[in-house]
Amino acid sequence: MSHVFGIPVAVILGQLTLGLVNGSFYAMLSLGLAVIFGLMGVVNFAHGAYYTLGAFAALLGLQYLGINYWAALLLAPLAVGLLGIVVERLLLRHLYGLDPLYGLLLTFGLALTVEGSLHQVFGASGQSYPVPSALAGVLNLHFMFLPLYRAWVILASLVVCFSTWFVIERTRLGATLRAATENAPLLQAFGVNVPLLVAATYGGGVALAALAGVLASPVVLVNSHMGTELVIVVFAVVVIGGMGSIVGAIVSGLVLGVIEGFTKVIYPEASNIVVFVIMALVLIVRPAGLFGRE
Amino acid sequence: MKEQRLAMALAAVWAVSPYAARAANDQVVIGDIDDMSGVYADVLGAAGVEAINMAIADFGGSVLGKKITTLSADHQNKPDIGASKFRQWADEDGLTLLLGGSNTGVNIAMAKVAAAKKVPLFVIGAGGASLTNEDCTAYTVHYVYDTTSLANGTATAIVNAGGKSWFYLTADYAFGTQLQNAASRVVETHGGKNVGAVRVPLGAADFSSFLLQAQASGAQVLGLANAGTDFSNSLKAANEFGITRTMKPAALLAFLTDIHSLGLQTAQGLYLTTAWYWDLNPDTRAFAKRFFAKVNREPTMDQAGIYSATLTYLKAVKAVGSTDSDKVMAELKRTRINDMFAKDGYIRADGVMVHEMYVMQVKSPQESKYPWDYYKIVRKMNGEEAFGPITGLCPLTHK
Amino acid sequence: MRAARILYALAALLALGVPWLGVYPVFMMKLLCFAMFACAYNLLLGFGRMLSFGHAAFFGSAAYATAWLVTAHRADSALAIAAGTAVAAGLGLVIGAIAIRRRGIYFAMITLALGQLVYFVCLEAPFTGGENGLQDVARGWLFGILPLRSDIVMYYLVLAAFVAVFVFIRRVVHSPFGQVLRAIRENEARAISLGYDINRYKLVAFVLSATLAGFAGSLNSLVLGFATLTGVQQSTSGEVILMTLLGGTGTFFGPAVGAALVVTLQEYLSDIVGGWVTAIIGVIFVACVLSFRRGIVGELAALRLRRAVARDPATPA
Repeated sequence: MSHVFGIPVAVILGQLTLGLVNGSFYAMLSLGLAVIFGLMGVVNFAHGAYYTLGAFAALLGLQYLGINYWAALLLAPLAVGLLGIVVERLLLRHLYGLDPLYGLLLTFGLALTVEGSLHQVFGASGQSYPVPSALAGVLNLHFMFLPLYRAWVILASLVVCFSTWFVIERTRLGATLRAATENAPLLQAFGVNVPLLVAATYGGGVALAALAGVLASPVVLVNSHMGTELVIVVFAVVVIGGMGSIVGAIVSGLVLGVIEGFTKVIYPEASNIVVFVIMALVLIVRPAGLFGRE
Repeated sequence: MKEQRLAMALAAVWAVSPYAARAANDQVVIGDIDDMSGVYADVLGAAGVEAINMAIADFGGSVLGKKITTLSADHQNKPDIGASKFRQWADEDGLTLLLGGSNTGVNIAMAKVAAAKKVPLFVIGAGGASLTNEDCTAYTVHYVYDTTSLANGTATAIVNAGGKSWFYLTADYAFGTQLQNAASRVVETHGGKNVGAVRVPLGAADFSSFLLQAQASGAQVLGLANAGTDFSNSLKAANEFGITRTMKPAALLAFLTDIHSLGLQTAQGLYLTTAWYWDLNPDTRAFAKRFFAKVNREPTMDQAGIYSATLTYLKAVKAVGSTDSDKVMAELKRTRINDMFAKDGYIRADGVMVHEMYVMQVKSPQESKYPWDYYKIVRKMNGEEAFGPITGLCPLTHK
Repeated sequence: MRAARILYALAALLALGVPWLGVYPVFMMKLLCFAMFACAYNLLLGFGRMLSFGHAAFFGSAAYATAWLVTAHRADSALAIAAGTAVAAGLGLVIGAIAIRRRGIYFAMITLALGQLVYFVCLEAPFTGGENGLQDVARGWLFGILPLRSDIVMYYLVLAAFVAVFVFIRRVVHSPFGQVLRAIRENEARAISLGYDINRYKLVAFVLSATLAGFAGSLNSLVLGFATLTGVQQSTSGEVILMTLLGGTGTFFGPAVGAALVVTLQEYLSDIVGGWVTAIIGVIFVACVLSFRRGIVGELAALRLRRAVARDPATPA
């Protein structure tokens, strides 16, 4: 086995691959956050809670309604996205004229409520969600055995991120969305139903989080706290990428996942904090984030 | 005047509020602080409280004419919550016995409170041997198992079966570290080698990167120095990533509930050490049947242990004629414990309740004939062999 | 005015009489420490309009510093508290210097992430005891003379500390420095045009808030006898925000009231509703943000103002 700086290449490649899997989740979650922030200026602290809800929707859908994984991939984000729209219409709407900090605080309170309730009803130790049989194998990559499911996660997340980017940057709908971020009243004057657009955008961002949750359920145990620590890392990722930037979110997510994996090889204790350290450095050098414009 | 009325209203509210002191009571108060909702919730948890109640009922419901009350709380695997609750019960509620649930770190913190408040602490769920060594107190009894006995049982069996080089996946807190150390010592004593270890946060969601490190070490044995859902998840992940094709997993601490959730297909062949098993003999089966009727699961060694510990305590109180902690502790260290949990058990100067331990192997699906028929006995260790000699690290043993 | 004075007097009487009222002193001390923490936080949020999401870093790291000095080096209690406070001040300077570069939401995000960084450092650092925390922190003697072992003595010390912090914050807010801070809060652009180095003022406010939060944390570790990861956890940061919001940002007594409410809720509600406490606190949070933004004390003050204006329309605001 060849070595690089005394570490076997197989180990490096293995951790990088796992890092890519983590990065896929970071990318999808920060994408949703960037979409919501870009359009609404709302920092959706509840993003982690929606991620968790997506996973629970898949789990409970399987346990009680017999909805399999593939159906859950579609139905869970839909259900949670609808919930997001309800939240936006009922709660967030009241805070638009105020200091944006209130939006943050509201979503923070929502996150507490959702997670606290899930914790009470389902306990803190997680439940396992079975890997769908079509993806149950293992890939022999020589430097490691990669469960087929994790390869699927990477692929699915790339597809989702690319599609979202395409819709926002290259389609008419996306153009309308981007126009709304720049000048909502003018757009409304043109006859576009901006409040509906805003609600739908929030629902869309939330659905992305829920989709990530469904993808995550066979990988991690479905438990009430799966979103909490993850969402803080995702916020750091979004700050690094630039808070309104779609491309920034996707690229930063993937790259940081890989960097984290690499850190696990050379200095495992620091792997938890490497994202935050990078964030601090980026802020000192380039406060707007790597892809941000401000 | 409005301000006066406001002041009176405040005073009235204050009087009936929870700020008013709780009445001191002349009862026997047994407390249970345990992980009720986290990674160890199935090992003792709410079912453990049932077992305590069964013991109290079997004893007769009262002792020395005094009522027996139980209190229970969830420490959420946080030492500060456990210690604070213990202190509060001792200060405010007249606590006379604390039964310590899972999590060594919490129990270490609670042991200090036991010494400060002079309330007996029976450690049921936690395994760290330091509780009867560096962290020992005159009021601590380590009742069911400890990291020393686990290592002496399981690690010995695996090294003798050919597993000579070990890499550890260790839960990053007192219990994991102590278990890893105990196992390492056994491995070396029997001619094996400890290749390395990786520390994993308690309750980690994803073990994959840690397992890759284990595989890269090239060791023959994957020593799982963790417990509860950490154990079952790391084993599952090890299977998923093909680690178990090249490394043999060592279940340094596994409970009946873990094997149940893993299933025999995954868990078969695992060696494990246990203080008690529901299917050992008619007495254990009788207890298990009553327990099953209440909780719909067979009892783990901890749940049987908490039942026995409660009875042992109540018997000591009756024998001494009071709940005075020093008298009760002296009596406890004098008597023999003979019930469905332990035969001829006794409490040593350092607080260890010395009793027989069993090395088991998990049956294959074909070998299992009825529900919960999971273990076959490999070896019975007598108490002295299992718990080893007194190390001298506990000042109480220097007389 | 009279109502406020009477309430203060009543509160003072009750506070002084706690040991005889049969209230559990350890609980009251914990409450006072969190009240201090909330007041310190309010200096930043209410008077400086900066939402920090990682303030537990200061509270918890000071607790660790104090606990470590006492357990590993048998330091004098006063020295340990001072050292803990100094650690929090230093950390406040470092984090503040990075975070001040951005405003509003970005500032909050940065403090959140840096707070999490502190958490992980505390988790990994060898001397913090990781998941176990530092236990058996003896209260020792204050300045070598006053034994703090007794809960009653410790209680009066903590009470005195709370009063001192409260008075200090009042003086800061009413000082020229506080006036400039208010000007920055109301209209940053104008403050810049008037020639004030607003970053410097913000940083000072941040460090002050961090220092006082650290002071509260140091005391807390001596009160409870341990320092654990709970002190630096994200949930603790969230709790102090809730306390301040619930009590009333921008008022002096509000955060203390909020802290008292939240700590009491957590303590006694958990006996009744068990784990639902977190969810209930979340609901209260949401309700506060939606329709109760002034907090308890804030609403009371507004109510009294409305009544005063109704009686005499010439009342100044």
